Amino acid sequence: MDAAAVQPRFEPRLARRKLYGTIFYGLCILAVAILILAILILLVDVFIRALPWLSLDFITGVPSRRAAEAGIWPAILGSLLIVGLATVFAFPIGLAAAIYLEEYASDTRTNRLLRTNISNLSGVPSIVYGIFGLAIFVRALSLGYTPLSAALTLALLILPVVIIVTMEALRAVPRAQREGAYALGATRWQVTARAVLPAAWGGILTGIILALARAIGETAPLILVGAAGFVTFAPSVLGEGFTVLPMQIFQWAGLPQADFQGLAAAAIVVLLVMLLLLNAVALLLRARLGRHIQW
Amino acid sequence: MTTAADLTARRPASERLIEVGLRAAAAVGILTTVGLIIVLLYETVEFLALVGPLDFFGGTKWSPSITPYAWGVWPLITGTMLVSGLAILFGAPLGLLAGIYLALYASDRVRNIVKPTLEMIAGIPTIVLGFFAITVITPQLLKPIFPDIGGFNALAGGIVVGILITPLIASLSDDALRAVPRALGEGAYAMGATKFEVIRSAIVPAALSGIFASLILALSRAIGETMAVVLAVGANPQLTLDPRESVQTMTAFIVAVSLGDTPAGSIQFKALFAVGAVLFTITFLLNILSERIVRRFRQVY
Repeated sequence: MDAAAVQPRFEPRLARRKLYGTIFYGLCILAVAILILAILILLVDVFIRALPWLSLDFITGVPSRRAAEAGIWPAILGSLLIVGLATVFAFPIGLAAAIYLEEYASDTRTNRLLRTNISNLSGVPSIVYGIFGLAIFVRALSLGYTPLSAALTLALLILPVVIIVTMEALRAVPRAQREGAYALGATRWQVTARAVLPAAWGGILTGIILALARAIGETAPLILVGAAGFVTFAPSVLGEGFTVLPMQIFQWAGLPQADFQGLAAAAIVVLLVMLLLLNAVALLLRARLGRHIQW
Repeated sequence: MTTAADLTARRPASERLIEVGLRAAAAVGILTTVGLIIVLLYETVEFLALVGPLDFFGGTKWSPSITPYAWGVWPLITGTMLVSGLAILFGAPLGLLAGIYLALYASDRVRNIVKPTLEMIAGIPTIVLGFFAITVITPQLLKPIFPDIGGFNALAGGIVVGILITPLIASLSDDALRAVPRALGEGAYAMGATKFEVIRSAIVPAALSGIFASLILALSRAIGETMAVVLAVGANPQLTLDPRESVQTMTAFIVAVSLGDTPAGSIQFKALFAVGAVLFTITFLLNILSERIVRRFRQVY
């Protein structure tokens, strides 16, 4: 056979192959860069729009038809009240459910179903939880369009997240920790409460705060249970008429006047600052509560 | 006097009680699922009795507030598919490339910066992305390219939902790629492959099921996305696949009904549940499909 005809097939053509590699690497970097750039543009744009509107009066004021006088105090209070209540509802149940699934449940069919169900629930669109809240809390239980209905709806929404992060935190505690406690004659609950939970607190609290951060940005399910765009008074748990920060943003963003777009941007900045604070607390907790534990 | 027998006899009782309590908490999830299905089914059946299943599932015109009413759900479904299809079109390549970068190129130092940044992006409330769509994407990016594009359009919605699902795709495909055993890549290197060839023909194929599952999960997320879409694409239910048009998604319709003064028990109110049931069914099936793919094709190394 002619050597020249065979050769090209085995020609490594390294230069070209390396070039493909470089191009691909460039594309990968580009993808990350596009994403980060998009978010940077978003943040800078929002901040520039917000700047003329951010003031103490804006924080402590109430919504107004005149943009110059409008504020977000009722929305801030509404967000804090509803998310706070939702956490109070979801935390104990989520913690207990996670302890059961991670520390108690054997690998039976029922328990597998419970686990699968949790992960399925975490994939249900948030607006569907709103529909559930509307039918069950607002109407069937006659709680009305109140912050209580909203908090219960949000609690169900974050419950799967709370359970999943708590389970992960429990799973991270080494087996030896449990075995040691059992060896001392502890019962299952004693093992859980005194050996496992203290070691898992850092992870659990971090997870809860991240769930909180998710809840505070939610809008869609709250629209279904009665969040309104124009509320000038502070919310009360059982009083109809409440708003939350994202709802206020939505209402202003939908108005055509540029002034209200500015207000929406200012409210977004406040919301993002709240999220940033929550994340900072989560980081701090993780560092603090994790420090004294050494496996 | 307390004997040893008393102790062992008393403890299990309280232990059992605790276990029952914990188990009850775990059952709240099941109750929620069952409750969701019952609620959706109940009102949907009533709605279908009024409207007729054929008109709902077969009709191509959706007019819930202007008479003559029309209850064909297809415009909402195509609207949803258009926006989430565009979102996947933007989000899939970005997310996959970012995932490959994180798993296979980035040094630990870069990874420790980029990964939390992606998580932060994933945590941005979606209403903020909706605001971004109407203040920046449509007027400043799309208007110069398509001069006749409206203030509300499916394309802007697709872009921001794409941004929103990119971190999810990146993070999940990063996990899938990192789960591929080292030996597979090493083997390909030993055959003389370049890094790109190793990635293309050894690592990515091995992680394909995980990558595919991440895309399906992202699609499900995009279909259920509400606030970004409500702001960006408007409320114009029409049967079109033109991304420059304003459409209405299933989620946007649900929001529109809730914002209006719709009396409980009216047909519009029931329509909300029927559309919610369709939305729930689609996302639920996609989530299960994604889970199945992961489980079924997980290779045991």
